[in-house]
Amino acid sequence: METPASPTPAQTARRAPAQLDVFRYDDGIVRMFVIATVTWGIVGMLVGLLIAVQMPFWKANLGPYLTFGRLRPLHTNAVIFAFAGNAIFAAIYYSTQRLCKARMFSDVMSRVHFWGWQAIIVAAAITLPLGLTTSKEYAELEWPIDLAITVVWVVFAVNFFWTLYKRREPHMYVALWFYIATIITVAVLHVGNSLAIPASLFKSYPVYAGVQDALVQWWYGHNAVAFFLTTPFLGLMYYFLPKAAERPVFSYRLSIIHFWSLVFIYIWAGPHHLNYTALPEWAATLGMVFSVMLWMPSWGGMINGLFTLRGAWYKLRDSVVLRMFVIGITFYGMATFEGPLLSVKSVNALSHYTDWTVAHVHAGALGWNGFIIFGMIYWLVPRLWRTELWSPRLANWHFWLGTLGILVYIIPMYVAGVTQGLMWRAFDDAGRLVYPDFMETVTQIVPLYWVRVVGGSMYFTGVLLAAVNLTMSIRNAPKLLPDPAVAMPLSPAGRHGGDGGHAALAD
Amino acid sequence: MKQTIFRRHRQLEGWPLVFTILVTVGILVGGLVEFIPLVLVKDNVPRIASVKPFTPLEAVGRDLYIREGCVNCHSQMIRPFRAEIERYGDFTKAGETVYEHPFLWGSKRTGPDLQRIGGKYPNLWHVRHMEDPRSTNPQSIMPPYAWLLKDDLDFAVIPGRLRALSRVGVPYTDAEIADAVANAERQATAIAQDVAAQGGPAGLERKEIVALVAYLQRMGTDVRTSQAPAGATATDVATPDSVH
Repeated sequence: METPASPTPAQTARRAPAQLDVFRYDDGIVRMFVIATVTWGIVGMLVGLLIAVQMPFWKANLGPYLTFGRLRPLHTNAVIFAFAGNAIFAAIYYSTQRLCKARMFSDVMSRVHFWGWQAIIVAAAITLPLGLTTSKEYAELEWPIDLAITVVWVVFAVNFFWTLYKRREPHMYVALWFYIATIITVAVLHVGNSLAIPASLFKSYPVYAGVQDALVQWWYGHNAVAFFLTTPFLGLMYYFLPKAAERPVFSYRLSIIHFWSLVFIYIWAGPHHLNYTALPEWAATLGMVFSVMLWMPSWGGMINGLFTLRGAWYKLRDSVVLRMFVIGITFYGMATFEGPLLSVKSVNALSHYTDWTVAHVHAGALGWNGFIIFGMIYWLVPRLWRTELWSPRLANWHFWLGTLGILVYIIPMYVAGVTQGLMWRAFDDAGRLVYPDFMETVTQIVPLYWVRVVGGSMYFTGVLLAAVNLTMSIRNAPKLLPDPAVAMPLSPAGRHGGDGGHAALAD
Repeated sequence: MKQTIFRRHRQLEGWPLVFTILVTVGILVGGLVEFIPLVLVKDNVPRIASVKPFTPLEAVGRDLYIREGCVNCHSQMIRPFRAEIERYGDFTKAGETVYEHPFLWGSKRTGPDLQRIGGKYPNLWHVRHMEDPRSTNPQSIMPPYAWLLKDDLDFAVIPGRLRALSRVGVPYTDAEIADAVANAERQATAIAQDVAAQGGPAGLERKEIVALVAYLQRMGTDVRTSQAPAGATATDVATPDSVH
């Protein structure tokens, strides 16, 4: 047989030690997730662009279905769960197989995961414009879709953990730790925050009310950022950055320390979204203190990423992949410094409810998540489709349009946030509000909303260039793309032998 | 000592099950420490006797507020700062939100906070504002919600909604649920008549807009304070009946 099925550990044990253990990685599933990532990225960002125009130009609100209030959740869900989500899955399916030296446990489960997730996204894209929403941020989808998410996530988890169980490499590399934390925590958060009693097929009420609902929502909301947009991306960084730089990770010990502290501390930080609200002060203070503590483990990840490039910085000249990773990690460092800053009550008193928050999350989303994703994709596509990147020049254009686009997006939003925050609290000498009419504080920042549209368009254009570049690359790919085969000597020591050092990161 | 920790960790990296259990414990601690006292210790959410559940019409009006995504641009949470109390009215108390499934505190103020909007403007103002926000404020950037004046309100869903709300802890009695549709129709008629009497469009009693107006006029009014925003008069407020 040309293509032996991957043998179970029991089968391999029966063979003679001299025999080679041959198995194949499932790269087809990775290709599917990569295509879905780019496709949903375009959709999510296009919706983002539309709502960015709706802010200064109300006439862009079209009919009941395409108004800001209904599209904003569609934008956030599409970019978080569709764009970043599919990218995470592409990264996990590609790297887990290689780190475990094993094909994914079940091809069927991989495909159920893929198509189930796409169906959930389509359901979101239909129900949210229809106004079917729970209104809880990043958890807007109604209960039948929540159930579907739970089922698909369990399929993903079983597939992942069973692959871990039957791995040939005894040692779990740091990327896998982050994947484990992601899969467990997202499951806990999703179930915990979505508990609701249905009133009808697409209407439900959460079991929590008021203060408790707020706490649970922001325990979820903050940790969706932590365990959907941070930990899987750190895992991804730990795999793909050393690969692209051809350098081992800077510090093994730092990775242990920052992993455990990040995982433990992040969960506590949610209440900083509720500073000065009706949430009891002790809870808000606890959230603030842990948020400030988060700064260090976050920067542990940034340092480990950037220092991995020590002695390899010259490679940035020729590698758009590394350039994107470096910009991404740098934005991660800035956003995770800004986060603790914003959680401090006196800063939050000014920033909360303003566009400062919007600037902050887009520094993270466009800079960290977006650039890490496209860096990974530019690295993956030539390998997955066994072809050259169609145009490195175009990728370079994407890099610069994206980098400048982020700045043209976030700088006006910082200015808008601080301006409006200061106007809201300005008193004159007689102790009266200087701007008692709320409208004044809006008209002041409307021009800045237009600048944001320009920045967003630049970033979006970069993504379109990437789509063209990747499509053309894939068109040049060979017709047949057999799964890559790997042959390993069967170790007599079995699953628990071998050194498996942290620096070992071979295919 | 340090050496031992890292050597132990190297061992741990070979045990996915133990590793996963440790991660699970690690991520559960923070959430539980913050959540459990909030549920068990009553002092964390002091009850306010005057805070009552929404009337049936207000409850479905609140569902429309959720459907249209108002919470994306309007908060309902006045922070205890002088600047906010001057601008919006008295700050929000935890006990005011005990029947809010879900909470609608919001995280962004593209428009002003609405916690104390109840009674601030006449019913007609809200109808005009929803139909065309530029008619009440020429510079407004808010989208129009004109369909609320045209689309019929689905009164039939009300008992099911209230029953679901009672299951999550809102104290609606069976009698109140049985009378919910009639109750909502009475309140809707009162608001529609008031709008017509003030010179607004007639015949709104079965339209969605009256439910939203009922909810907006109720917001933040269960606690009457000396800080009530200027312009509020008793006749502006829709009278929520029987449920109280």
